[in-house]
Amino acid sequence: MFTITVAAILLVVLIGLGLYIKSVPIFNQYSIWQLISSSEWKPGQGKFGFLPFIGGTIWITLIAVVLSLPFALLTSLFLTEYSKSWVRKWVFTALDILAGIPSVVYGVWGTLFVVPWISEKLAPNFVEYSTGYTVLAGGIVLGVMILPLLISLFVEIFSAVPREFRDASLSLGATKWQTCKHVILRKTFPGILAAVILAVSRAFGETIAVLMVCGNLPELPHSLFDSCYPLPALIANNYGEMLSVPMYESALMLAAFLLFIVVFIFNASSRAVIYRIESRFK
Amino acid sequence: MQTNIYQNPTRSSWAEDYSFLNNNIETTEDSSAKDSSLRVRDLNIYIHNAHILKNVNLEIPNKKITCIIGPSGCGKSTLLKTFNRLIDDTEGIRYKGSILVDELDIFDPKTEITDIRKKMGLLSQRPCPLPMSIYDNIAFGCKMHGERKRKKLDQIVEEQLKAVGLWEEVKERLHAPASKLSIGQQQRLCLARGLAVEPEFILADEATSALDPISSKHIEELFVELKKDYAIILVTHTLRQALRIADHVIFMYLGEVIEAGPAEEIFNNPKQELTRKYLEGAFS
Amino acid sequence: MKLKFIEEKIAKLLMISSAIVVFAFVANIIYTIFLRGFPALNWEMISQIPTGGYYNGGGGGILNAITGSLYIVLGSTLLGLLISIPVVFYLNVYLKKDSKLAYIARLAFDVLFGIPSIVYGAFAFTIMIYLGMHTSLGGGILVITLLIIPIFIRSMDEVAQQLPKDLLDATYALGATKLETIRVVLRQIAPGIATATLLSVGRAIGDAAGVMFTAGFTDSIPTSFSQPAATLPLSVFFQLSSPNADVQDRAYSAALILIFIVLVISISGRLITNYFSKHKI
Repeated sequence: MFTITVAAILLVVLIGLGLYIKSVPIFNQYSIWQLISSSEWKPGQGKFGFLPFIGGTIWITLIAVVLSLPFALLTSLFLTEYSKSWVRKWVFTALDILAGIPSVVYGVWGTLFVVPWISEKLAPNFVEYSTGYTVLAGGIVLGVMILPLLISLFVEIFSAVPREFRDASLSLGATKWQTCKHVILRKTFPGILAAVILAVSRAFGETIAVLMVCGNLPELPHSLFDSCYPLPALIANNYGEMLSVPMYESALMLAAFLLFIVVFIFNASSRAVIYRIESRFK
Repeated sequence: MQTNIYQNPTRSSWAEDYSFLNNNIETTEDSSAKDSSLRVRDLNIYIHNAHILKNVNLEIPNKKITCIIGPSGCGKSTLLKTFNRLIDDTEGIRYKGSILVDELDIFDPKTEITDIRKKMGLLSQRPCPLPMSIYDNIAFGCKMHGERKRKKLDQIVEEQLKAVGLWEEVKERLHAPASKLSIGQQQRLCLARGLAVEPEFILADEATSALDPISSKHIEELFVELKKDYAIILVTHTLRQALRIADHVIFMYLGEVIEAGPAEEIFNNPKQELTRKYLEGAFS
Repeated sequence: MKLKFIEEKIAKLLMISSAIVVFAFVANIIYTIFLRGFPALNWEMISQIPTGGYYNGGGGGILNAITGSLYIVLGSTLLGLLISIPVVFYLNVYLKKDSKLAYIARLAFDVLFGIPSIVYGAFAFTIMIYLGMHTSLGGGILVITLLIIPIFIRSMDEVAQQLPKDLLDATYALGATKLETIRVVLRQIAPGIATATLLSVGRAIGDAAGVMFTAGFTDSIPTSFSQPAATLPLSVFFQLSSPNADVQDRAYSAALILIFIVLVISISGRLITNYFSKHKI
């Protein structure tokens, strides 16, 4: 048992190490700075600029968080402060269903509903033409995917605030909403931050749903209605060809390594924030 | 007062001694509070069909300390929280009857809850400073009611901190987080916070249970001083506290008010057997 | 003065609409897929493997994907349980509450929990090349096992940490060895194990990124661990990429089948949890 546990711990190290080793060939050719800042992606010519992919990933994650955060906050406040228990049951059931839907189904929904909606109803108001396979589509689909996670984390955090705080605020004559705004949100701010960091790290790694709606164009997106090409999609789309082109494999492994590092850092910082909150109460 | 603590009751006398707990409970109407702004009339509260408070009729005297005493689970805290309608949020709650504050029924749908709550200051068992600075804690209530002028807020903060005896201790660090204060200071801060909205009543729910003896004493002394301007209603689990500071006493048992009246009367000459037994320490 | 009441009303309105939006999304997703998927659903789909021209409109079904997914999920769940249960016991019964090793282990598992499946896929792919494996059922099982071990460990660990300390003390006081204690603990956290299993199965069945380059894809049902295996999510994906509209419709019905399976799993998970909590201490 001891060995299995240790082996499992070592797995983390192994994954990081393995991916790094596989990325070494490309490091020998270019520096990390060159790779991250260049926008040219032509593997056949040996040009590996990761900027469009990193940019694409950041764009859709940002949009996903911006779109889902208000809904998540409002819904979880509603669930903890205002609603009756039967309402809560129904909403939690709906959230469970959302959380359980496989990502490929989200992708299908994206192509059936979100993409045409953007292409036909939304985009004409802003740009000349858009296929609908856009950063916005990726952001919307991703946003719906992280919504259940955010809400369940928020509800946990809000429920942990002791009764006395609400009692004190209400007794002073504040309305429920004033209590939410000035007391509960203020008190749980570190927890909210930690939850958002966790959700972002989930969103970063989401592959197939995003792949199906983002357009897969290796260019840095300049507007919401441009296509993009997030890092996970890059890896997924090209694994087939990577063994035939020199350094391609190394480049894709680098992409995987970048994802690993980012997710690692985000998870660690989320934990650190939570640790700081808990130590304040000791 | 006669006590039976040192006598070792035999089986039969156990049954005898505790039979009063099951007999028909009689109550005494309280008519001694002449000057009263808070009257309770035929209050009945049901939570999920459990009858929590039964036919409560009370008058809370002004400018006096009223202590509500009674064993655990008798409904003291529920009654207290009903006064400022804090129990509204409880699931499955139903109430009948009326509570008149300054001749206005607080259950009337037309009355504005925040106005009622403004008249009542609540002091909880566990001191809970809001997650903000000392200054903001006290100014919170006023800000929620729309007070914006900086000068007025400064004045209120200073006034209330002086009233609870905290001013000298914290005047240098008004903008430090309130959570850094000691627990006794925090409770006084909560009191000052409640006073800042100019209530008529102070509702204290076992306000000293979580404090050390010295801080408890501070709070009790504050109550004695504050009763000049406010009606203080203190729910207490310790009989001794009531003996120390109460002017008016309400004894509750299983959701009913058994007896209520001036402290000397209740403590020295209780009319109900149940009250007498409780005061003797037969149950708690 | 009136401002705060207006604010309260607006806030309440926003909150209720927000909750409604959540429902709206669920309804929309299921409705959209149902609308396109249900008409194309028929017995052929789940009982036959694809024929040669399937992706161009020919006959057949997705039995290859259904069985492929089943095999992978079965294999990885068994393997995952085999590895996770000892680890959870070790963490909770053998190690002291605040041991450094336990802390580091839990930290490592949290990180593993957060690693996206595509990274697991890339990593497993590297290992497979190193071992000389081709895309196969074995590879798929490997990846999914890696993916669900953290899920298992996390949910079971949570349940195990809530074990009343008195239970352990009582068993030791009766003279039980650590091994015998495990039996007692096992009974107590059995519902936790069941929930964790169902959670992981739901996750495993729906995962596409991990199996993409480890399990491969095929039109036939694998008969050994070294043959490639088809999976439901990838089946949906590939059918969707076909230019033929009929095939795309089949993709939607495959998606419908997938949702159906996942919903059944999560509902039975709920029911089992509820059943077991009646007997909990």
